[in-house]
Amino acid sequence: MAITKDTVKKISKLSRIASNDQFEENMIKDLNSILKFVEQLNEVKIDSIEPLASTVDQEIIKREDAVKKMNDKNQILSNSPTDNKDFYVVPKVIE
Amino acid sequence: MSDKQFDYYLKGEKGDYEVVIGLEVHAQVLSEAKLFSSSSTKFGSEPNSQVSLVDAAMPGMLPVINKFCIEQAVKTGLGLNAKINNLSKFDRKNYFYADLPQGYQISQFKYPIVGEGKVILDMPYGTKQVGIERLHLEQDAGKSMHDQDPQHSFVDLNRSGIALMEIVSKPDLRSPSEVGEYIKKLRSIMRYLNTCDGNMEQGSLRADVNVSVRIKGSKELGTRCEIKNVNSIKFMQQAIEYEARRQIELIEEGKVVDQETRLFDTKKQETRSMRSKEDAHDYRYFPDPDLLPLNLEDKYIESLKKDLPELPDEKKQRLISQFNLSNYEASVIISDQAVSSYYEEVAKVSDYKLAATWLMGDLFAMLNKEGKEITESPVSAKNLAKMINLIKDGTISGKIAKTVFEEMIKNDEDPSKIVEDKGLKQTSDPKEIENVIDKVITANQDKVEQYRSGKDKLFGFFVGQVMKEMKGKGNPQMINNILKDKLK
Amino acid sequence: MSEIYQLSLSELVDKIKSKEISCEDAAKSYIDRASKSKKLNCYIVDTFENALSKAKEQDQNFNDKQKLFGAPIAVKDLFCTKGIQTSASSKMLEGFKPEYESTVTSKLWEHGANLLGKLNCDEYAMGSSNETSYFGNVINPYRNDKDLVPGGSSGGSASAVAANLTVATVGTDTGGSIRQPASFTGIVGLKPTYGRCSRWGVVAFASSLDQAGPMSKTVKDSALMLEVISGHDEKDSTSAKKETEPFSQKLTSNIKGLKIGIPKEYKVEGMPKQITDLWNKGIEISKSLGCEIKEISLPHTKYALPTYYIIAPAEASSNLARYDGVRYGFRAEGKDLIEMYENTRAMGFGDEVKRRILIGTYVLSSGYYDAYYLKAQRVRRLIKNDFDEAFKDVDTILTPTAPSSAFAIGQNVDDPISMYLNDVFTVPTNLAGLPAISIPAGYDEKNLPLGLQLIGKSFDEQTILNNAYAIEQNINFKSQVKDWWI
Repeated sequence: MAITKDTVKKISKLSRIASNDQFEENMIKDLNSILKFVEQLNEVKIDSIEPLASTVDQEIIKREDAVKKMNDKNQILSNSPTDNKDFYVVPKVIE
Repeated sequence: MSDKQFDYYLKGEKGDYEVVIGLEVHAQVLSEAKLFSSSSTKFGSEPNSQVSLVDAAMPGMLPVINKFCIEQAVKTGLGLNAKINNLSKFDRKNYFYADLPQGYQISQFKYPIVGEGKVILDMPYGTKQVGIERLHLEQDAGKSMHDQDPQHSFVDLNRSGIALMEIVSKPDLRSPSEVGEYIKKLRSIMRYLNTCDGNMEQGSLRADVNVSVRIKGSKELGTRCEIKNVNSIKFMQQAIEYEARRQIELIEEGKVVDQETRLFDTKKQETRSMRSKEDAHDYRYFPDPDLLPLNLEDKYIESLKKDLPELPDEKKQRLISQFNLSNYEASVIISDQAVSSYYEEVAKVSDYKLAATWLMGDLFAMLNKEGKEITESPVSAKNLAKMINLIKDGTISGKIAKTVFEEMIKNDEDPSKIVEDKGLKQTSDPKEIENVIDKVITANQDKVEQYRSGKDKLFGFFVGQVMKEMKGKGNPQMINNILKDKLK
Repeated sequence: MSEIYQLSLSELVDKIKSKEISCEDAAKSYIDRASKSKKLNCYIVDTFENALSKAKEQDQNFNDKQKLFGAPIAVKDLFCTKGIQTSASSKMLEGFKPEYESTVTSKLWEHGANLLGKLNCDEYAMGSSNETSYFGNVINPYRNDKDLVPGGSSGGSASAVAANLTVATVGTDTGGSIRQPASFTGIVGLKPTYGRCSRWGVVAFASSLDQAGPMSKTVKDSALMLEVISGHDEKDSTSAKKETEPFSQKLTSNIKGLKIGIPKEYKVEGMPKQITDLWNKGIEISKSLGCEIKEISLPHTKYALPTYYIIAPAEASSNLARYDGVRYGFRAEGKDLIEMYENTRAMGFGDEVKRRILIGTYVLSSGYYDAYYLKAQRVRRLIKNDFDEAFKDVDTILTPTAPSSAFAIGQNVDDPISMYLNDVFTVPTNLAGLPAISIPAGYDEKNLPLGLQLIGKSFDEQTILNNAYAIEQNINFKSQVKDWWI
């Protein structure tokens, strides 16, 4: 399960982070040492243990089906990096 | 019982091919607010005017589930005769796209809210059972517009976060017409339950279509391709036809069908491959740590079950067994929620059988001609029922009723008033009828002779003449009886 | 006569309410000191002008019902503050001004506290030394010839409290980010039970582990802060259905009969003698206070760090996917959408953040999910079970907070693992969702502060507060910070 340059390229692509040779070299080293560190978990017997996703022991919190107009268009778009008053604008997707 | 056989097989050189289809239908839940936020779900609003901080995935925002959406999903599951799971969980489906603000969609992967179920279709060759694999809740994405500007795409997040029910069928469908019936059935069930408005033009119902082919009789499944996001039945059917033939061609040429995701080009009526990214399928599903598991008690599920309205299939059975409607009549009536309501309103205060005849005959013909939906019918259910009762109690004949009906189309006037005003009451006075019959017989002695010597068909001539004399207001039953007698 | 900025939070609020000190003077005292202390780099952004006007207003509108009336408080830059830059110490959010206020900080202002500014931290709360911040390192007010780290990720917060640049603060703790810096800077830091405080409006790092908590000069201050910031929030689905409790009012140093567990697995090899000594000192003090000391076992302790370093990055990789340059924050150029994403995230995030995103993505990816993520979740349950078992016999658990005192800036940056080892004593409690508090208990041979940690049962913050209070009263730790930077 060692991490290679290909692996780094692949996970960088999956996480949408641009990579170059230097970055990949550094990451290979770091990621491999982290993986080696977590490998200790293989020692643990976990056969019939249920995974623990959350330490909260209660029913899921639900809300009523009611519309609360909380934000208007201007507020929502106010942090947008572009100036358009109606839409978020992004470079075109090449389909 | 029809003796038609299923016959959708495509001919190839190697033999006949069977088409295997599975659908993943995305149905927008009818609710006021979104699945995990309190924004409105109203269609057609100004862009980005129904977006909250949670929908825009601002830093620190968290999802809280809408309890009504849960109810809608359970009701739909019950309508699909499916198992409602007591425990379900929410997972994150991780991928990047401009209309997916969080960078993940909250969905249900391992533990969906609804399990296996089934749907029954009425095909010309008999009933067909289509298995449902599961139904789960998930967030809808926003909308990206790519053709407004050569360099840029525009994103509207109004739709982002609206609740969707994803209904996954088993690969039990075998033809474009079965697919059409399946979608109509799902739509009808959800409309009955008021859990989805099934409005495909507005995007509240769309499907991903999985198509594969195999030699008829083969038990192995072929490689399937997924045609994404088809939003009309017609397009689904065209896409399936094109795709099946495309795959057959490849196979016959000895080539391999690649498993891939395709889009249906509605203009060219062909499917084409989406730009395939090998990472496209690694969604890295994991349980959403911002949400806790959903536990549904049997008590809760039972209470929803109890309050469900009568579903189309049950209603159809009831119409056939209780009221003697034909399979065809019953199918047509239940196929549409609005039709079914209208029918019920008429039938329950008049006569189930006559209501069916009038609905499917004159009323539909009129609606077709005027290009109107039943919800816009110029003749109200109330008045149609009254008219039927006038036939039942002998005030008017079926024939006269047609005239009354024509009048009602104009103003939806009370039929009793029309009958009164136009003097359309049928004559049921035996003496009067006898007189007219005598007159007609006297004036047509030659024909009487011909009838008596065996020309039975002439009976209709006499009836016609009597009716003409009586200006159509003669009680047909009575005319028949007295005439028969007199012509003996 | 101590300076205003030397008073604890409780003392300050009492004196303001008894009109001995005005809100304006309180604000001025901290503003003045903070303005002279830029060298420590605790503040990313200050709101001194606003704070001063608000303080003047408060002097006109006296309100002794508010528990923090007039208290000048700066907060970790992970809490969204309306109209004020919230950067998470990242280039990605530089200039981002939220249109909303986090639930926790809203409660502070509702109770009369006065915002002084936003405090530096490790980028996106990922780090144990405050060396990953886009806005530069934070310097520990304790020195030893060199500039020392304050710990992390709430390094700016810890430093600011220790240097008297804020009367108290709120930080966040995902793997030890409140407790470890508290230990490194000689202050009190409390991580409440997971679900005790709302996460709404806190920039998310690892959703099932993050928890906001107070950092203060005294235990009583933390109790008071906790009282203000806790409580169920219906906007947070993981918020416990529990209302706040009068923690500061029920605070007592009478802990006679309390059963304190000493976990044998926390005696790690190579632990500095001073720390072992301090731990023993804590045990002796507890005995003298009438407590019963019991050795307990938490068998899966050593697996806590590897478990954490799978779960936390996995959740982070997904939580940070929203930082894509589309709707807010930094955006880089790109010829198409994908390139824009890739450049934005490569330039907007620092190395440690990228490392964790990559590891997180890897352990969730197809083929590895079962071997890493699912396995880690199972071990997590075992770790929690260990605590549940132990708490059948004891009321609190006493351990050191960190395996060392503050180290020099730059010492560990090349080795992620050695950095991660800083959290060895704190991480298990995050995985189990339990409350824990660190109190300053002594000094090592370099005259640098060392902390002791008390871990409690779920939602039993009162007991660890009382336990901590009793020990604090007994030890009487005194700050040895000399204002070398002014």
